[in-house]
Amino acid sequence: MSEDVVAAVAEAHRREWARVFATTAALTRDLDLAEECVQDAYARALVVWEQDGVPDRPGAWLTTAARNRARDVRRHESVFRRTMPLLVADESVPGPDHATVEDDRLRLVFTCCHPALAPEAQVALTLRFVCGLSTAEVAHLFLIQESAMAARITRAKKKISAARIPYRVPGPDQLTDRVGAVLDVIHLVFTTGHTAPLGGRLDRPDLAESAIRLARMMHVLMPNDAEVSGLLALLLLIDAHSDARVSAGGRLLLLSEQDRSRWNADMIKEGVALVTQALRRQPPTRYAVQAAIAAVHAEAPTWPDTDWSEIVALYDVLLQLWPSPVVALNRAVGIGFRDGPAAGLAALDPLLDEPALAPYGYLSAARADFLRQLRAWGPAAEAYQEALALTDNQVERDFLEARLSSVRAASA
Amino acid sequence: MAKYLILIYGNEQRWADMPAEQQPVHDAAHRAFSAAAGGRVLAAEQLEFTSTATTLRSDPHGRVVTTDGPFLETKEALGGFYLLEAADLDEAIALASQLPEVHADHSGVEIRPVVDHG
Repeated sequence: MSEDVVAAVAEAHRREWARVFATTAALTRDLDLAEECVQDAYARALVVWEQDGVPDRPGAWLTTAARNRARDVRRHESVFRRTMPLLVADESVPGPDHATVEDDRLRLVFTCCHPALAPEAQVALTLRFVCGLSTAEVAHLFLIQESAMAARITRAKKKISAARIPYRVPGPDQLTDRVGAVLDVIHLVFTTGHTAPLGGRLDRPDLAESAIRLARMMHVLMPNDAEVSGLLALLLLIDAHSDARVSAGGRLLLLSEQDRSRWNADMIKEGVALVTQALRRQPPTRYAVQAAIAAVHAEAPTWPDTDWSEIVALYDVLLQLWPSPVVALNRAVGIGFRDGPAAGLAALDPLLDEPALAPYGYLSAARADFLRQLRAWGPAAEAYQEALALTDNQVERDFLEARLSSVRAASA
Repeated sequence: MAKYLILIYGNEQRWADMPAEQQPVHDAAHRAFSAAAGGRVLAAEQLEFTSTATTLRSDPHGRVVTTDGPFLETKEALGGFYLLEAADLDEAIALASQLPEVHADHSGVEIRPVVDHG
């Protein structure tokens, strides 16, 4: 077998799997059968492309092969399969043969993010079936054993078919109730991609791209929804920094250190326009306010130009909408930048007893940074060590270790 | 179509203490639910309190042991059920969320798909 064909199939697996799967699932209405048929199509590609050459549009070839396989299976197993529960399709929408791939993926997202599924199952299913990660990759992102993740996905698939969770975009009367879970999963896919929990790379840009693509799909579906516009704006404004976040040497760069000329101006422009539109809606929504905070950073020409008063004011609004310890932490950091490191430390103080922040390295890292600015070298070193004990990402660890040696050198 | 069993759970003391003027409102809500669900309700019953329940198990020798009380002693007890027919889980959720027990602070409903043996 030629290496070219193997490479072409591997490339098509990486780039096209999720789309081939969505279109096949639209026909099979059975996630297991769709998985088998897609697997079969890739296996056939290895043989057929060797004989006939790699097709011009590998994704289209694979989709046709997977769907043909699904029709064959259905025909041969029709008696058996008739008794098996299927994903419930929406009869009112055009059949899968006419639907676009994006429509298929949108239906799949709503199935994977159904509120009857546990939140951790929603994210796992979305990463597996919508973003096309392998079960091993999903397990790796959540720091659990592959067998445990496989069991979680299997259990969720069983519930989808046994409880007949429908394969469709909810109607207008249910859409508003259902969109929140989808947005939260898209946000989690993005943040997982933005800072992969461990390993040598800071990010998984493919996941961030998938999340932005899904947020765009949701925006097309609900162009006037402030939460949807807010989420898309937030992802664009954060991802606009991606080229500037890591130095040539692989070191994590803080917002204050980033070369702002390397920020993606088109993404910032689009994000700011979306957040402006989202903020017109009252009352304000969580993602819109988070996007507004990102927009304040994006629009500051330099770090010292950052409007910290505006940022603290937005965190005050956010804390009302979403009273989370992590938001309180970010607000305290904002106060430190607005009023100086001593004020920042004082604002962080009440959060030290917050159990939800205990496993979170950022509280210690923020304290360490204020202590360093106050030249309290000993306590700063202690706080950096605490932060290191809670951080697995190698790029973040390198950053904290460099800071730790610098405060140790200063105190010596 | 699929079948779903809607299990109504709640605090029995709170049901027993329901104010007299609340009872007709509660009953009317169930009648409104039945009217809305129409022919999709295949069966429905209210159960006597768990103080009237009898549980059967077997001892290590295989003898049947009869005991007073419910199978599980829990704060929220099974108080009644509906057996519904629905196209999918979304329809079952839309119907079941109209039940008054979903909106009281001590009760709720569990939706269980019924195994389809073909």
